[in-house]
Amino acid sequence: MNDNRQAGTPRFAVKPGIVLLDIMTIFLFVLFMIPFGMVVLNSAKTSREIIFNAIALPSDWGQLAVNVSLILNNPTVDYPGAFLDSLVITFFSLLVIVVFSSMCAWVLVRNKKIWSTVLFMMFVAAMVIPFQVLMYPLVRWMRVVGDFLNVPLLGTVPGIVFAYLGFGSPLSIFVFHGFIKNIPYELEESATIDGCSRGRTFFSIVFPLLQPIIVTVLILNGIWIWNDYLLPLLVLGSNGIVQTIPIAVTAFAGAYLKQWDLILTSTLIAMLPVIILYLFAQRYIIKGMVEGSIK
Amino acid sequence: MKQSRFVNVLFTAPCAIAFTMIIIIPFFFGLYYSMTDWNGVNDKVNFVGLNNFRILLSAPEFLFAFLITIAYTVINIVLVNIVSFSLSLIVTSRLRRRNFYRAGFFVPYLIGGIVLGYIWQFILNNILVEIGKSLSIEVLQTSFLSLPNSVIWTMAAVNTWQYAGYIMLIYVASVQSIPASLMEAANVDGANYFTRVFRILIPMMANAFTISLFLTLTTSFKQFDMNLTLTNGGPATRFFDEPVKASQLLAMNIFNTATANRMAEAQAKAVVLFVALLVVSLIQVAISKKKEVEM
Repeated sequence: MNDNRQAGTPRFAVKPGIVLLDIMTIFLFVLFMIPFGMVVLNSAKTSREIIFNAIALPSDWGQLAVNVSLILNNPTVDYPGAFLDSLVITFFSLLVIVVFSSMCAWVLVRNKKIWSTVLFMMFVAAMVIPFQVLMYPLVRWMRVVGDFLNVPLLGTVPGIVFAYLGFGSPLSIFVFHGFIKNIPYELEESATIDGCSRGRTFFSIVFPLLQPIIVTVLILNGIWIWNDYLLPLLVLGSNGIVQTIPIAVTAFAGAYLKQWDLILTSTLIAMLPVIILYLFAQRYIIKGMVEGSIK
Repeated sequence: MKQSRFVNVLFTAPCAIAFTMIIIIPFFFGLYYSMTDWNGVNDKVNFVGLNNFRILLSAPEFLFAFLITIAYTVINIVLVNIVSFSLSLIVTSRLRRRNFYRAGFFVPYLIGGIVLGYIWQFILNNILVEIGKSLSIEVLQTSFLSLPNSVIWTMAAVNTWQYAGYIMLIYVASVQSIPASLMEAANVDGANYFTRVFRILIPMMANAFTISLFLTLTTSFKQFDMNLTLTNGGPATRFFDEPVKASQLLAMNIFNTATANRMAEAQAKAVVLFVALLVVSLIQVAISKKKEVEM
């Protein structure tokens, strides 16, 4: 077969292998998607239906609306509130991470001094510290600082956003650093000669050039912050005023033990916004992840 | 010049302050607390030296958690990387729907560990058991989560489902950076597909393997969210005649110790986790880098 496979070989020469691969891939793909299918199927059943037949199609898809409304109007767990809080926390965390990390990375790249190297090395080294070492001292420390400044850091949105800036900046600075290194300095020089201040040079010349890597930073941090459980649990508490979606889901599953109709519907509600966002922004998300992974 | 120094300070300050307050200070407090009698109730803590670490050496549940975390990490590294490397070959092949598959395999990564833990608990405890009963397949009739010997493997499989799509993207980026002419030349020379993969592709992708192994190693070692909602540590088993939890990984053991108000002991365990992670990942990176050179 190798003898006649030259550059101009017609495509059908490789078809049998491709068809086999296609069939295998479809099978694998379905296997990957089954869990999602099972969540949707069983979110449209009553508790009794699930016990008797968890695999069958639901007898009445209208039950899905019943389950969803049961969860959205639940007295013990405020789902709409948790969703809103998650949205606010993720939005502001991403905003401060992108703006402040890019500013910091730019200064670190453009100053080749001892202090900038040491600071950069510290950010990089800190990435190996597991969250488990920090979490309990952090909560105690945030309480002390909050009391001292008389601004509560625990249980508040600004407190957790500040924490996310601290946890998110090392990786983000690292990613921005790698990107800014390859931006020619001449661009900034000519702006300075034209009388542009240093601060303005960054915001009007450098920052717009960062757009592709900003997408990467947003996605890397966004997926993590949206789904994060331990930090919100420790900083916001399991029944504080401010809640996030993962905390709401655990609170719900804890209150309705083994009531799979409700638990699965609650996971469906938790997943849906992310999946819808992914459907629309899939190209950017995949591209951002690929670019972030080579850095 | 004066203005530029002002900009340097202003631009690095937000990240540097957050980083110091959230990571550096709690880190050193964490090291200190591991050598105290901190219990989370009394405000005053006393220095007790290495006492907490001495207790750990004779605590069966901790030693067991440590061992199964290592086992879980090893299984995970192998499973995730084999699956994600294979997926990366599929989605860079000539399949017509390759971009669709690539997008699909990544979806589980978007779902947080908390949510997918509940979903898989349902699938393993209800769906699979029901399939086993209706088709009379003996092995499926008891949940894989209820047997001490299979629970770690099951968790690794679930983690692979979540994580493979992400690692796949790292391999995809690496495959795409290899010039197609290289593979074609080998093809013309008569090398079959598997020879090409093992002799050309894998050696050329050594850098991607270093990154992927490091990522799977560190995330498996710190696994918590999915562990909490999938098994919550269960089922019970025995280790040196002491009752222990068969799937309680290190991070969960730390969490449970702190929940029982044994804060200093939890902190000591976290420090052990940190040191172990540091040592293992340094060894891994050193070996991988050496292999990269050899290849």
